[in-house]
Amino acid sequence: MHTLIHSFFELTITGLVLGSVYALVALGYTLVYGVLQLINFAHSEVFMFGTFAFAWVLVAFGASPQTGAWALIGMVIVGALAAAAMSAGVALVLERVAYRPLIKNKAPKLVALISAIGASFALSELMGLRDKIANAVGLGDALAPYVANARDIYALQLPNPRPLFTIGDYQVTNIDLLILAAALVMMLALDVFVRRTRIGRSMRAVAQDPETAALMGVNSTRVIQWTFVIGGIMAGVAATLYMVKYGVTRQNSGFLLGVKAFTAAVMGGIGNLRGALLGGLILGVAENWGSALIGSQWKDVVAFVLLIVILLFRPSGLLGESLGKARA
Amino acid sequence: MKIALPTRRPGRPLPKSARTPIIALAVLLAYALPLLNIPFITTPDSDFGGVLFTCASYALVALGLNIVIGYAGLLDLGYVGFYACGAYTTGVLTANHWHWPFFLALPVAIAVTMLSGVILGAPTLRVRGDYLAIVTLGFGEIIRLVITNTQWLGGSAGIKNIPAPPSIPANHGDTLSNGLFQIPHLAWVNGQPLIDTGKQTRVLTFGVLDAIPFYWLVLTALIVVLIADILIKNSRVGRAWEATREDEDAAELMGVPTFKFKLLAFSMGAAIGGLSGAMFATRQSFIDPSTFQIILSELFVAAVVLGGSGNRWGAIAGGVVVAYLPLRFVGFSDWRVLFFGLALMALAIWRPQGLFPPRRTRRTQAVQALLKAEEVADA
Repeated sequence: MHTLIHSFFELTITGLVLGSVYALVALGYTLVYGVLQLINFAHSEVFMFGTFAFAWVLVAFGASPQTGAWALIGMVIVGALAAAAMSAGVALVLERVAYRPLIKNKAPKLVALISAIGASFALSELMGLRDKIANAVGLGDALAPYVANARDIYALQLPNPRPLFTIGDYQVTNIDLLILAAALVMMLALDVFVRRTRIGRSMRAVAQDPETAALMGVNSTRVIQWTFVIGGIMAGVAATLYMVKYGVTRQNSGFLLGVKAFTAAVMGGIGNLRGALLGGLILGVAENWGSALIGSQWKDVVAFVLLIVILLFRPSGLLGESLGKARA
Repeated sequence: MKIALPTRRPGRPLPKSARTPIIALAVLLAYALPLLNIPFITTPDSDFGGVLFTCASYALVALGLNIVIGYAGLLDLGYVGFYACGAYTTGVLTANHWHWPFFLALPVAIAVTMLSGVILGAPTLRVRGDYLAIVTLGFGEIIRLVITNTQWLGGSAGIKNIPAPPSIPANHGDTLSNGLFQIPHLAWVNGQPLIDTGKQTRVLTFGVLDAIPFYWLVLTALIVVLIADILIKNSRVGRAWEATREDEDAAELMGVPTFKFKLLAFSMGAAIGGLSGAMFATRQSFIDPSTFQIILSELFVAAVVLGGSGNRWGAIAGGVVVAYLPLRFVGFSDWRVLFFGLALMALAIWRPQGLFPPRRTRRTQAVQALLKAEEVADA
């Protein structure tokens, strides 16, 4: 209790920062669920590939703690683009290989889940075996900075965050602010995209009734592709923010974050974009408060207990409205 | 539109007089498998008895999870929590705090796991469909975190020295001189089976050296559970499960107390998971939280769905496949998880009904094919 009161602002702000990363990843789950009604279990690997794309760009540019502010901003922007492109690409391949054949055959939902689990294993292992693959094609030495010790933690050397101003007794850093702002901007952009654009309208139409949408001339295959691409871009941005904040990744770093993000999506009401934001932020803050109250080793338990409690009282999440029913 | 419905199941059923000896032979073969060392099936890179133990315990788990997923239609992604619960109850009772004999701890482990199934199921089974999946996943993770952070349960260091079941006649210290009698293994030389008197398995001797008695133990448990599964599936309970799975609201309206039956399926599945976990604990003699990751839960679900959700033989086959493949090809150790993931995807795509779909699914497919043919003929 003492810790919670003592560092209330710090816990809340860092919770919001982590929560906005959860929220961005949660969008990928919620979009795919909204359109296809299936849990894209491999989305955590889409995120993980994004973290590596960002890390590789920074390694290629030779980022170090001494890098100047403007150079670093440039690197982060290029890294973000690379991460978004990588994640979107992986999501697109995932859709093509693991889901489309199943959707075409109208396979049971449970089978799609198995395919997703298989894809998740395969993608995570592919990253863990990149040293072996590079050696097999004879590029082991050339790619050494990117592939060596494939299964270990991959750490970036970044300059320390700079404190900007103080809330309570917590010094808010430029990185905290960047993450919060970037996440909010992306969420807002997505909300406008889904509500205002043609593709967004098609997505909502397919989510509500795929057959009627098809009769109205909506190409559902393309809509599904777009859904995966957009979810991938969001995961790529989330990967960038995660790397800027924590600077480390691993071939299995997506797993826990993916579970948390999915928890956030379910908490807010899966299939609901604003629910994902709300769920992510609540989850991030609740984790921090909970770990201050009962000890940091129980952090993840707090998240899951909170999820169960929310679902008991609101069985379809906090804002249990689906993508299809979102107002135009 | 007239459709000739397939009235009989595909394949001719065997007459009852022929079925009994065939079943007896199959059971005998299952028991003899580790002694026969049949070429190609045996695992050159790891102990075959241990591999068979893993296969049988996965089959047991899949059989239990099949009740939850296949019969009652509840997607449980936290099944590993029950497996852990069985293993830890055994560990605590036999090694960590008390020194009970294994066969006294086993029923307690099953009861505790069943109780935990009721405790976890009672609040969560009101949540439906995919929400249930994530809630159970959360519970599986909670159980792992609780055992990691509770010093009373050994914490992250785990529990050591879990005793094996007692050997008969009792251990006299010298492990080589106990056991009822010895059975020699077969050895294959150029395709010719030879009796290898140098390598023998002592019946009813449980030790770290030979996994085969543990395999026999878990195989016996598997057969007992299988018989119980057949009896309960063919009873009113089994039909209530299927009705709930097909249409929960309709079942409720027809007077089936669906919640009660879902809870029953959940806790029975949990108990079988606990049984398998207890066997695992006594075989390994060491357990720690890192064994009970969510990934294991995903493997269990994969076993059930791959085998053909709702078909007990399919579930057993799925469990064996999921356990056996990575161990058989341990030589490719670096690549096997990658190939396993790809194989899961391939099977899901090309065999969406599972390796052995239940009879009802096959019948539905046949009817659908007929309807389609009729439509084409009409057009």
